[in-house]
Amino acid sequence: MKYLLPLLLFIALSVFLAIGLKLNPREIPSPLIDKPAPAFTLPILATPDRSLSQTDMKGKVWLLNVWASWCVSCREEHPLLNQLARLNKVTLVGLNYKDQADAAQGWLAKQGNPYTVSVMDSEGRTGIDYGVYGVPETFVIDKRGVVRYKHTGPIQPGDLEKLFLPLIQQLEAESA
Amino acid sequence: MKYWFILMLLSLHLVQARAEIEYRDFKQPEQEQAYQSLINELRCLVCQNQTIADSNADLAKDLRRQVYEMLQQGKSRQDVVNFMTERYGDFVMYKPAFKLKTFLLWLGPVLFLFVGLAVVWTLRAKGASADKELSAAEREKLKKILEQGDDA
Repeated sequence: MKYLLPLLLFIALSVFLAIGLKLNPREIPSPLIDKPAPAFTLPILATPDRSLSQTDMKGKVWLLNVWASWCVSCREEHPLLNQLARLNKVTLVGLNYKDQADAAQGWLAKQGNPYTVSVMDSEGRTGIDYGVYGVPETFVIDKRGVVRYKHTGPIQPGDLEKLFLPLIQQLEAESA
Repeated sequence: MKYWFILMLLSLHLVQARAEIEYRDFKQPEQEQAYQSLINELRCLVCQNQTIADSNADLAKDLRRQVYEMLQQGKSRQDVVNFMTERYGDFVMYKPAFKLKTFLLWLGPVLFLFVGLAVVWTLRAKGASADKELSAAEREKLKKILEQGDDA
């Protein structure tokens, strides 16, 4: 009994520390999950005189990928986005976050353009509405325009197969 | 040597003072107070252990601008807090609202205090019960030790 209590305390502490080690403090749960995607109307990168709004995407399952030419980790995930675009399974919208149009265009020309369309959020206001704090970020939005998943940081190899594609398939099966 | 040290200390201070150089114009002093207290309570999500007042990160600048603009539009403190938590979650507040999701955060320390008090209480109760009179044999032994030293 004398040794049991310290032992139990030690085990409890170890369990808490082990959980703490596994947690990622950068991963902040988004309050946007299961809420309607915040509204935006932003100029299209390729044709700035035209704009795109989230309501234009109603009835489709789509991904909103926040990217910028100044963002180093975006380069890391970009091949995976290109790969996703080749599968032709989902509409990929780019939110070009706090960037310059010519820099962004040049970046896409060099790295490949996986986006169906990219919109420019040069002041980062739409970014704030989406709770963006670490580019790249990816939102999965369903046919009714509801945010179903948020991925913070670069998409890792394997995430497409394990996470995104099954989720997209599931959301495609839902009625609009 | 001493002067170099002082100079170094002063230059450190320069870096600190540079953190916030934005000029904000307010119509009422209450607005400025609200602005100052808000930016000192909102967490910068890029550099998580700084408030947006302390941080020079781009996002912190944008969030300061957002707070300023909302106050200029006549929004209340609570409006700004709601705006931020709707987008970034409770984590954005250094002092999150007291609710079901955050009660452990607020009451945890009090809980630990009670656990500590309970432990002290039980240990003391145990100690008190052991506090008995010495038996005749023990008293004899004690006397011997006191007279002859420990090595007897």
